[in-house]
Amino acid sequence: MSDRSERDQKPEAASRAEFGKSTRRTFISRLGMAGLLATTARVTTAFGQSSVKEHSASAESKDAIPVTLTVNGKRHDLRIDPRTSLLDCLREHLHLTGSKKGCDHGQCGACTVHINGRRVLSCLTLAALCEGDEITSLEGIGQPENLHSMQAAFVACDAYQCGYCTSGQIMSAVALLKEPCGPEDADVKELMSGNICRCGAYANIVTAIQSVRKNAKPA
Amino acid sequence: MKTFALTRATDPAQAIAATGKAKTAQQGADIRFIGGGTTLVDLMKLNVEQPQTLVDVNRLPLNKIEALPDGGLTIGAEARNSDLAYHPLVRKNYAVLSEAILSGATAQIRNMATTAGNLLQRTRCMYFRDTAMPCNKREPGSGCAAIGGANRGLAILGTSEQCIATNPSDMNVALAALEATVHVRGSKGERAIPIADFHVLPGNTPQRETVLEPGDLITHVTLPPPAPGNRSLYLKLRDRASYEFALASAAVVVTVADGKITRARVALGGVGTKPWRSTEAEGELTNQPATEATFRKAADAALRDAKPQSQNGFKVELAKRCLIHALKLATQPA
Repeated sequence: MSDRSERDQKPEAASRAEFGKSTRRTFISRLGMAGLLATTARVTTAFGQSSVKEHSASAESKDAIPVTLTVNGKRHDLRIDPRTSLLDCLREHLHLTGSKKGCDHGQCGACTVHINGRRVLSCLTLAALCEGDEITSLEGIGQPENLHSMQAAFVACDAYQCGYCTSGQIMSAVALLKEPCGPEDADVKELMSGNICRCGAYANIVTAIQSVRKNAKPA
Repeated sequence: MKTFALTRATDPAQAIAATGKAKTAQQGADIRFIGGGTTLVDLMKLNVEQPQTLVDVNRLPLNKIEALPDGGLTIGAEARNSDLAYHPLVRKNYAVLSEAILSGATAQIRNMATTAGNLLQRTRCMYFRDTAMPCNKREPGSGCAAIGGANRGLAILGTSEQCIATNPSDMNVALAALEATVHVRGSKGERAIPIADFHVLPGNTPQRETVLEPGDLITHVTLPPPAPGNRSLYLKLRDRASYEFALASAAVVVTVADGKITRARVALGGVGTKPWRSTEAEGELTNQPATEATFRKAADAALRDAKPQSQNGFKVELAKRCLIHALKLATQPA
């Protein structure tokens, strides 16, 4: 999961040598390149626009305002449109694409991040309101060489299928460890109800979370 | 989303001055406070709300939850729903409020949503949320697509020819049963508004949902001291076990002595155009034996004026059974 996210941050590094380690995003980028070679001018433009580089706040809004955000311990001085959600800011301005856009209306939980250690929905949070806050995205939870115990548990328990909701599930699950949650599976299910999984990996997600909670208990 | 200017209020007076220039504090307000944003940002994305200015009130010192000298509780307008629900004093003295909040939304949303924001939570009526459809609440005079339309989840109490939208909040139902007071500071000073008077019926002006005027800032909510010996609970019936709005819910606060109900406060959710306090049900319960026959009489009284729509007739009996079961649970021996 986080392996993907890290490479998502620098898709331009996707070289021929890395082709075997294709990710969803690099795959789509390459599809764009393939389009440039193979199809008509009109279509290639459309494909080209879907490549990641084009997203990077190239056209600054005339309403842009200065905003300073602290994400995963790092300070960022940005100029963003006041309408920018925290989710779009993370993904399109900071290229932290671990947080996913599912519904964009606070109904699916794929965009879950932590603000000052508490889980929130980044799609319903205006980035400009987060000045002074400690924002943590999936990238700040763990990295491929140093997985958070919850990430490792999701891998060990096969707690995903397509993986799209997984970063949100993990961000919720990590926050849940510090919340007043009862011991039963039903308690976990209730507090995880804001993270929807269309593949239906719920049973293994609960198993993964419970395994971390049991191991975290003092002996 | 339409663009807007963003300002951060540093103190309540500044926030009040900033929004005092608004044309309205109701639907379509050109200047709005923003707290957790869970309703407002969603509706702005849908272009249902198009404020030109947002005033950020998240950093105002309005997030305290504290005991009052009289034994009651004061709840800051910016206290997050999760902090309120898990607060030891709320769990101990006002279980119905904790249960109501925890039955609504999700952990993420409860971490964001504020007391004041939940008081002002907007309806989930699909026609209100869809700018392609007529809706008298969103666009006065355009008509109500819900009457005769998809109205399974909508209200049966307090409706009008213009609007049948349900108030979606669980917290508000508990606050109604607890007889909370909403404290507002505005350009003309401070007001204390009983929760029963805070929300208004749709009537011919469904765009108007509360008594708030431009510049009015909700500062806190107070609860009276818990009634001695009371038991309270919130029962919510819905299509899914979690993360779903109520089809019917009941908040009850009852005191029983020697098998007789000495005091009862009842409010219903999911069925009313506002949080639905039922003094009719309370009248049937007070000084009566805590039996199923009494509860049934109270439920019949609460739903006597129900006006079901084409798809939500089931709510009449569902709300009755919800209230009866809530009363059974709240009065059974500990």
